[in-house]
Amino acid sequence: MKRAATLAWLLFLFSVPLWLGDLYVLHVLIVTGIFIIAAMSLNLLLGYTGQLSLGHVAFFGIGAYVSSLVSLGFEVHLLPGWLVRLEPKPVWLGMALGIVFAGASGWVIGKISFKVRGAYFVIVTVSFAEVVRLVALNWVELTQGPMALNNIPALTLAVPGVFEFTFLRKPANYYLMLVVAVLCYVLIRRLVHSRAGRAMIALRENEPLATSVGVDVTRYLVLATMVSAAMAGAAGALYAHYVRIVDPDVFLFIYTVTMVIMVVSGGKGTLAGPIVGGLIFGLLPEVLRGLEIKPEVQWVVYGVLMILVVYFLPDGIVPAVRSWWQRRGEGPSADATGRPTAEAAR
Amino acid sequence: MTTGIELAVAGLTIEFGGLTAVDDVTFEVREGEVLSLIGPNGAGKTTAFNAITGYLEPAAGEIRYRGALLRGLKPNAIAALGVVRTFQKTSVFTGQSVHDNVLIGLHLRSKQRPLAILLGLPSVAREEKELASEAARILRFVGLEARVGHVASALPYGELRLLEVAVALAAQPRLLLLDEPVSGMNPVETASFMGLLAQIRTLGITVLLVEHDMKMVMGVSDRIVCLNHGRIIATGPPAEIQRNPEVVRAYLGEKFLHKA
Amino acid sequence: MDQLLQHGVNALILGGTYALLGIGLTLIFGIMRVVNFTHGELYSFGAYMMFMWVMFAGVNFFLALVLAVVLGIALGAVIEVILLRRLRGADIDTTMLVMIGAWIALQNAEQLAWSGVAKSIDNPFPASPLVLGPVSVSWNRLFVFAVALALIAASYALINRTRLGKAMRATFQDRETAALMGVEINFIHTATFALGSGLAAAAGALLGPVFVVYPTMGDLASLKAFAIVILGGLGSIPGATVGGFILAFMEELGAGYVSSGFRDGMGFLLIILILILKPTGLFAQKERIG
Repeated sequence: MKRAATLAWLLFLFSVPLWLGDLYVLHVLIVTGIFIIAAMSLNLLLGYTGQLSLGHVAFFGIGAYVSSLVSLGFEVHLLPGWLVRLEPKPVWLGMALGIVFAGASGWVIGKISFKVRGAYFVIVTVSFAEVVRLVALNWVELTQGPMALNNIPALTLAVPGVFEFTFLRKPANYYLMLVVAVLCYVLIRRLVHSRAGRAMIALRENEPLATSVGVDVTRYLVLATMVSAAMAGAAGALYAHYVRIVDPDVFLFIYTVTMVIMVVSGGKGTLAGPIVGGLIFGLLPEVLRGLEIKPEVQWVVYGVLMILVVYFLPDGIVPAVRSWWQRRGEGPSADATGRPTAEAAR
Repeated sequence: MTTGIELAVAGLTIEFGGLTAVDDVTFEVREGEVLSLIGPNGAGKTTAFNAITGYLEPAAGEIRYRGALLRGLKPNAIAALGVVRTFQKTSVFTGQSVHDNVLIGLHLRSKQRPLAILLGLPSVAREEKELASEAARILRFVGLEARVGHVASALPYGELRLLEVAVALAAQPRLLLLDEPVSGMNPVETASFMGLLAQIRTLGITVLLVEHDMKMVMGVSDRIVCLNHGRIIATGPPAEIQRNPEVVRAYLGEKFLHKA
Repeated sequence: MDQLLQHGVNALILGGTYALLGIGLTLIFGIMRVVNFTHGELYSFGAYMMFMWVMFAGVNFFLALVLAVVLGIALGAVIEVILLRRLRGADIDTTMLVMIGAWIALQNAEQLAWSGVAKSIDNPFPASPLVLGPVSVSWNRLFVFAVALALIAASYALINRTRLGKAMRATFQDRETAALMGVEINFIHTATFALGSGLAAAAGALLGPVFVVYPTMGDLASLKAFAIVILGGLGSIPGATVGGFILAFMEELGAGYVSSGFRDGMGFLLIILILILKPTGLFAQKERIG
């Protein structure tokens, strides 16, 4: 039953560009999709591992900038008299490096997080993102600062002599985003339903108990942060080569907040949560804009919504809907082999 | 020679601020036995547990498990050596199902590596099946098989404590440290637990127990170590301890100690 | 050398207001353990209040200052009662998320009310600065420094010399015992949060006329306040005071000798370094990890 529903849902998603005529709406879906990928990655860290990371946009931005710089090429004086130059490289290489660099910064943050927990960790992550933003803003020789990196090339996939395809138009980018999103979803699901995922959840729920049965805290914090950061970096790289212009505003704290709202309101620690939250908070601005509501009002609404969600649906929308569904007597329960209920298996 | 000795604690001293919680404590736990640590509240029993299992840094002393030095190791490394503990306050993964709780306990037995997990290799799925049946087996062993799919927070108190033991057993201990496992249990549950303990012994697991329930302690222990104010005041088999005037004085619980 | 002295004086003055920000947050984050993202908003609220009373209502500058602080205290009390009281027992994540929501709502409400254009506030002080040898200081800034010092001293006295301060310290160290001893817990929570917020508003009201007022000015203030609190040690007023001055000095020297663009980055680098090297801060009272 669940398989069929998933398949239907996927088919629907893949069909969208075929019937959706409005290219603007398609654009909104692409950007929302990219944010959902970032939100899913944040969910791994915030929702499953229970690490309060508020610097997630740093990984997104690092992925975007590294990928752009590699594909544009650059020339910097690292030290007076020491010129470092990189010739433009293919976009796929840029994206791969973006993911690697984002993952590496995730590794660093993960290592730090072991020493620095709870509220302190929040502050470290926020500071980290701010420092990266200030570097992007001020290291003009490398990043063009506020003048932005322009004319970033789009992704080209080529097999020499056989075919060449450039992801320039919106439908192509939609499919690219969708493929990456599905891939990320599958990776997270595999992780969560494995020994590693259980270790992360254990750290979130009861760390002393987790260590008493052999869970290595540092190892799994680092793993969670690394995977989470790499995925956010991938989202950032996608973003860079889709909108094809990147400036330091990509590191603004407000984007981290958006991702946090998506995860928390959707349901942290659930697979569907960031998707539901992402769709709501990704599409809501467009709805509000259509109603000619000023962006400031939109943000006030977001702020109030977040407070309300925390008060009334503390676990988020997806778990609330699930328990409502189960209380109605329908819906999944423990099957014949005694395997855990859907609620527990998230 | 360390044959036959599971745990050797020598000169253990633990200090908090200016207070000496555990003062030059020396004892050993022999292979296959059940040793109980008793003593009035604040005698230093749980503190000693915490030091042995790596949750506390002792000021002095040596702790060896089968010859290996435990001091300085992190709790998860100590668990990997085969020393697993439970906690005084009920400690489970409350939001997870009973089944998932035990699966987490099976962490050390699993060999899945992150890369294999991400690639979705069939070995991962195979191991998941094995772990699932192992978890079911452990739950049957402690008597919780009926609760497999239930979320841990829904369990009544007595069953929660059984779940704790199940999780600890999943980690494949050779030395099991139980911190007040029957506190808060009614006599029926306690008797049932004593039976479980006997079964755990048949698996060849050595048990170090902290308990206040004297009936249980006298009933299951091979030897008893009595602490008071952080110092050992008596060591020996139950019959001796019951008659020891120091112990009686420490507890002022003569009624309990003179029961046969 | 002259430049160094000038930087030093500037840092001293800036440090005074930073100390106010830090003390306010160390009361809230350090003692109440609330990750208060609205702290910066109280700072900008103080500045906007000055703007409103002085430029719109034509109120006397000094009276406006008092008003700004009083209103800041009131806003803090309102936030605590409406938002935080229900979350008294909740874990730190939940409270933090609510504070983030409040911060977003507040900042954008400010933007709606006053638009994003930077505003400047007239001050009644002589325009030409006081010149002491190689150093020149505007009278406005001198006033800021004096008031900041006074408020720092007042905060210290309040926490350490009054019954209210004692009750505050008792409540957050051991709530049950404090309650048993007749301390009105709800009132103490509200008072502490309000006081901390009032100090932030004071900092904003003092610095608003010195620089300009714009809606996002609170963000940097928040982050710097956290840096100061961590540097000084959670819950320590002397720590926050010293931390405020240290941050100001680092910013001034950094801006003067490294790059002005990185001025604001100093705070964050500081945070990261401290948390890696000495997480408990300079004047740590009680260590708390997680």
